[in-house]
Parts: sequence; structure tokens; C-alpha cells
Amino acid sequence: MLRQYWWKIICVVALVYTCIEGFLGSVPALPIINETIRNLYFHVAMWFGMMILFIVSVIYSIKYLRTNNHVFDIYALEYAKGGIVFGCLGLLTGSIWAGFTWGAFWSNDPKQLGAVIALLIYFAYLVLRNSMTDMDKRARIGAVYNIFAFAMLFPTIWIIPRMVESLHPGGMGNPALDTNDIDKRMRIVFWPGAVPGWTLLGVWITTLRIRLQLVAEKKHTSEPSKKKFSHA
Amino acid sequence: MHKKAYFWLLFFGSWFMGFSARAQDATGRKPVEMADGLRANGKIYVVIAVVVTILLGLFAYVIRLDRKISRLEKSVK
Repeated sequence: MLRQYWWKIICVVALVYTCIEGFLGSVPALPIINETIRNLYFHVAMWFGMMILFIVSVIYSIKYLRTNNHVFDIYALEYAKGGIVFGCLGLLTGSIWAGFTWGAFWSNDPKQLGAVIALLIYFAYLVLRNSMTDMDKRARIGAVYNIFAFAMLFPTIWIIPRMVESLHPGGMGNPALDTNDIDKRMRIVFWPGAVPGWTLLGVWITTLRIRLQLVAEKKHTSEPSKKKFSHA
Repeated sequence: MHKKAYFWLLFFGSWFMGFSARAQDATGRKPVEMADGLRANGKIYVVIAVVVTILLGLFAYVIRLDRKISRLEKSVK
């Protein structure tokens, strides 16, 4: 996967399709939301991308703990960073969308607060890692914390926002992708286009960062006299 | 080959079903203000052109970065 290119073609095709059909395709006519429903292809896809990148990250953390192979730690860290970028973009785009449909950019909605808490827990992952200089210790504690951070995603963004009243779709037990909100016309852009497209773009950028770290690692081990490379 | 044809049939079939769903919407509920006028004027194509240009520019950038890292990997090996 790391150095193959077939999935990069899928990424380009899916995103170009999303950006053309996402604006041209017809959408359900809903009051207040109007044309902003097209944000589904961009804002909601960010959260799908984030969740998938975090799942991959936690799998590599578990793999690291099972094998003690330092390469898996690099994978886990970079996938977590990719997920954080997507999460921040999801939060920002959600805030913009809310500003024009809920009437305020920030309304302390449970969904917004939950997402912020989840992201803060992931920020702490990066801070925690950089607080340690011993590479093995950093990798092991980082991997254990990453599993905790992943577990915290479930109450903060999947469970609590569904149990309380929220302006966001998906409050009070309804799935976020309600059939009243989106229909076939939107699903045909969202599932084959937006979700795989944005997720693969995140994977692409993440794999580039992993490869760069692996090259740096190789350089460091082959030239031990040179300055130590930081993995921050 | 047979599977491929079935896929496309399903793909376009669901598209047409989408059209018929829109026709039903038009007769039923109170009309909601949408940006249909903008699209009728054709100006939405300008937005698509801008977005797709940015997207392609970003892809070109990422592909160049990808190639550079590939070259770097070869030089280190």
C-alpha cells in the first residue's frame, strides 16, 4: 500500500467526481439548510476520514505493543496526526456551517463539545510523546495512550451526543445520516465519491510522511556520527 | 464483463430513480427557496471550474512530493 499507486488514482477520480457532481447534482429542498446540504460531501466526509485514520492508527499501536517493532510506532503516530488534521477541519467546517444555519458559529452544542474533547485527548497524545526523550519509552507509552484516546472517541463523539438534545443531526438516538435528510441523489455522491476520496487523500499524505520518517530513520542508523534526528 | 455491465446498470438506474424522486417532490410540499436560479444562469459552472482547478493543483503538488520522496528513498538505499 505504501508505494503502490492504484489507490491514488481512485482518490483523484473520487474527489474530482465529488467536486463536480457535488455542486451539479440535485439535492433535497429543505428549509433553512437550503443549498448548504452540499456540505455533507465535505464536512461529514472529514469525520469519516478522521475516524478511519484513527482506527488505522490504533491498529498500528496494538501491532507495536505486540511486536516492539519501531516502524509500527511511526505508522501509528503519522496516522494519528492525519486524523487530527481531518478532525480540526471537520470542526472548523462544522462551525462555519452552524454559523449560517443554527445562527451561531459556536453554541456549546453537545456534538461540538464532544468533538473538541475528543480532539484535545488526541492533542495530548502528541504532547505526551514529546515529553519523553527515551525512544522505546515514548513509543510504548504513546501506544498505550493511543488506545485510551481511541476508546475515548466512543463516549465523546458516538454516544453522549446521541443521548442528549442537540441541534446537530443524530441527536436523541437518530442516526446522523437520516433518510429524511439525505436521499439516493446524495448517497450516490457521498458513498462512492466523498468518503473514499477524502479518506484516501488523508492516507496518501500520511503515507508520504511515513516514508519521509523511514528515510530519516535509515539515514540516522547508517550515519551514527551525524546529529540525532528528532521524531517529533 | 457481465458484472461490469450490471454495475453500470445499477449506477445509472439509481440516478434515474433520483430524478423521479425529484419530480415527486415538486408536486407535494411547499416549495423551498434553493439556488436554482444561479444554476440556471450557468454560473455554478464557474464555481466548479474554480474548485476543480484548486483540487487538480493540490493533486499536482502531492504527486510531485510523492515523486521527490521516492527519489529520496532510492538515494538512501
